[in-house]
Amino acid sequence: TCIGRESNPGQLLGSSTLLRRLEISVAEAEKRTGKNTVNMQETFTVYLIETRPIDAITDGHNPAPDSLWRRYSEFELLRNYLLVTYPFIVVPPLPEKRAEFVWHKLSADNLDPDFVERRRVGLENFLLRVASHSVLSNDKILYHFLTEEHEWKEVVYETGFQAKADSRIKALSATFRVKNPDKRFTEMRHYSDELQSITSQLLRVRARVADRLYGVYKVHGNYGRVFSEWSAIEKEMGDGLQSAGHHMDAYAASVDDILEEEEHYADQLKEYLFYAEALRAVCRKHELIQYELETASSDLVSKKHQREELATGMVRTFSFKGMTNKLFGQEAPEQREARLGLLEEQIVEGEETVKEKTSECQEYVKDAWVDIQRFKEQKDRDLREALVSYAVMQISMCKKGIQVWTNAKECFQKM
Amino acid sequence: MSGTIVDSAVFPNQTNTMAADISGQMLDLDEDDDLEVFSKQATRGSAFEFEEEEASDFKDIFVTVDNPESHITAIETFITYRVLTKTTRSEFDNSEYEVRRRYQDFLWLKGKLEEAHPTLIVHPLPEKFVVKGMVERFNGDFIETRKNALHRFLNRVADHPILSCSEDFKVFLTAQVWELASYKKQGPGLLSRMGETVRAVANSVRGVKNRPEEFTAMQLYVEAFSNKISSLDKVTQRIVKEQKEYLGELKEFGPIYTLWSGSEEELVGPLKGVAGCIERCCKETEEQVNQLSDTLVPTLHEYVLCSESLKAVLRRRDNIQAEFEAKNEALATKKVDQDALKEETDRLEDRVEWANSALKGDWGRWQRCMRGDLKSAFITTAQKNIDYYEKCQAVWETFLLSQRMDGSEDAEKDDSS
Repeated sequence: TCIGRESNPGQLLGSSTLLRRLEISVAEAEKRTGKNTVNMQETFTVYLIETRPIDAITDGHNPAPDSLWRRYSEFELLRNYLLVTYPFIVVPPLPEKRAEFVWHKLSADNLDPDFVERRRVGLENFLLRVASHSVLSNDKILYHFLTEEHEWKEVVYETGFQAKADSRIKALSATFRVKNPDKRFTEMRHYSDELQSITSQLLRVRARVADRLYGVYKVHGNYGRVFSEWSAIEKEMGDGLQSAGHHMDAYAASVDDILEEEEHYADQLKEYLFYAEALRAVCRKHELIQYELETASSDLVSKKHQREELATGMVRTFSFKGMTNKLFGQEAPEQREARLGLLEEQIVEGEETVKEKTSECQEYVKDAWVDIQRFKEQKDRDLREALVSYAVMQISMCKKGIQVWTNAKECFQKM
Repeated sequence: MSGTIVDSAVFPNQTNTMAADISGQMLDLDEDDDLEVFSKQATRGSAFEFEEEEASDFKDIFVTVDNPESHITAIETFITYRVLTKTTRSEFDNSEYEVRRRYQDFLWLKGKLEEAHPTLIVHPLPEKFVVKGMVERFNGDFIETRKNALHRFLNRVADHPILSCSEDFKVFLTAQVWELASYKKQGPGLLSRMGETVRAVANSVRGVKNRPEEFTAMQLYVEAFSNKISSLDKVTQRIVKEQKEYLGELKEFGPIYTLWSGSEEELVGPLKGVAGCIERCCKETEEQVNQLSDTLVPTLHEYVLCSESLKAVLRRRDNIQAEFEAKNEALATKKVDQDALKEETDRLEDRVEWANSALKGDWGRWQRCMRGDLKSAFITTAQKNIDYYEKCQAVWETFLLSQRMDGSEDAEKDDSS
């Protein structure tokens, strides 16, 4: 069963999302040191979550926000809770744990200030997405995470969500052994694989392109140095060379900003790289539930066959018990009655189970498909916007290049 | 008047009186422009209208190098280039000439020019070999690059007021292959050339004692210039390398978007659009790299070679002065053969003065050429980069426009639904 639905009866009444009622932001990041679980000193980063009820902000009123500090691992815990509690939702991903797809000049160090800043933005994005989701935003644990600093972890563990988590092996095995999954989900799972593969390829090549672009721009800095030295020995050409040199230095320096902006594009792609995984999880869960239903159904069928065999004495299926009975004589009537009784009980239970599983499956398919559609629309919107913003960045880069080389050309003309 | 005074092939062996006349006149000239005017008057005579404004643009000899062809003999394989000359100069019997020359012939010409004018700055020839390997000698690009460099070499000689009047130059442009071969055999024999070389080495070992300040300044300049231009050459080649590697990665980037579009529905348009833009930018990048390789790299490289030529010119000037100083000392110390020694010393002294003024005159000219060449090469490069960025910007702006139009179409659909 889905825990989420049980603890959120208000959901059925079409509540508005949390974000409409609460202003949320991840405002700052700070370094802390402390003892970790094995009692060793460690340095880690904490993030300041600020919240303000929207109706408190009226004309003339600008109250200070409530705030609390959380570290990345607590965000992870929240997300894991949401994954288990709402398996039919494509849960928004967190920014990456470790810097990957790094082009060489960018630091892969988790404590690097640029990395921390990008992570802060990513964590805020995560919270905004969750808080604007029609289902997820009503979760009490989420609200607690945003508003109560202490003992939140204990409360989460108390929900017992960890026990409800499916084992990976179980999920994987179901994918291979399920017989009649909903075709749409199978297709969606294939799509999630493709999306993951494509976005990771894209991120890898982008990092290499960025690396090379960096090299091209930076080598031009050498022009700056040599022009400057050369201008010292020339008379008429000196001024032109000297000022051209300055523009070459400016050109070389401009790549830093260009590539920093591009990191934002990379982060947008990364978000969907991780979203692909979340999508796949939803499809896998369907396959698991379907598989459980199929297993329950076939168990029921086999139990009914056994009952029939016992009742009529007809051997439908080969069994060793059957054979031994034939060879060594049948069992006593009382034993047979007992067995028949047990089977009847099991059949009744089994029919209940099949009924439950069937309805679970149907509801899951319904709810998950709704969220998958929502996800699809969001993805199309977001990625289109990302591609457009990439184009905007390229245009900006071109404009800067035109500016610099026009200036340099003027200087050369004065040579 | 025409043809005799600045006939370079004859000049170094002029009698004292002639040399004195000329050197006197040349020393009077401070302006490079006047030198140009002087030499043009001397060679053209009254056969042509002389328009003062166009003095420096007045060009009456046009040379092109093209049409490389390979020749295979039993002994060797080599390339010849067609050298086409069009001229209105009176020293030439015809107005048009077409001959075929090989690299060796150019080397010969350069040697003769330097021999006749040790302190004039002769434009460098492209290198004999490509450092990377002999096998690449006959690769297409190599031949094209060499052909262009040979063309520039001949044009520089043709533009030079003194060098262009050289008899060797005339023969180079006009003689048939066998005529050139027999002409080359004339002139000082191997032994006397060897003697010259030995003297030159002795002089350079001896060193010059009283080098005039301006030539020391020139030497310092040449060393620094050589240094800087080599650096620029290296930097530019590095940029070409980095740009090519960037292009390589970019070529892999675009296709991934196309691949992605195969999995999507709504996003097919923008994904294919981005892929297309990146592909267009790849083409522009390739063109930009080619421009660098075709224009800036060869120009910078030529001036690296130029700076070596300049160093050689300064050395030769020093040697001429050293030879004079040696004879002068001998004059002071030896008691016998005073008359002969005095005559010899005077001759050498004149030679020094002539060499110095030739160099001084040509120095300004060379600096102007250098400035013009490098300025033009850098301007062209800057313009190409501007063009490159403008084209790429247009590509992305077209894409943006298509997305905005799609966006507003969707908005209309939403409104009406």
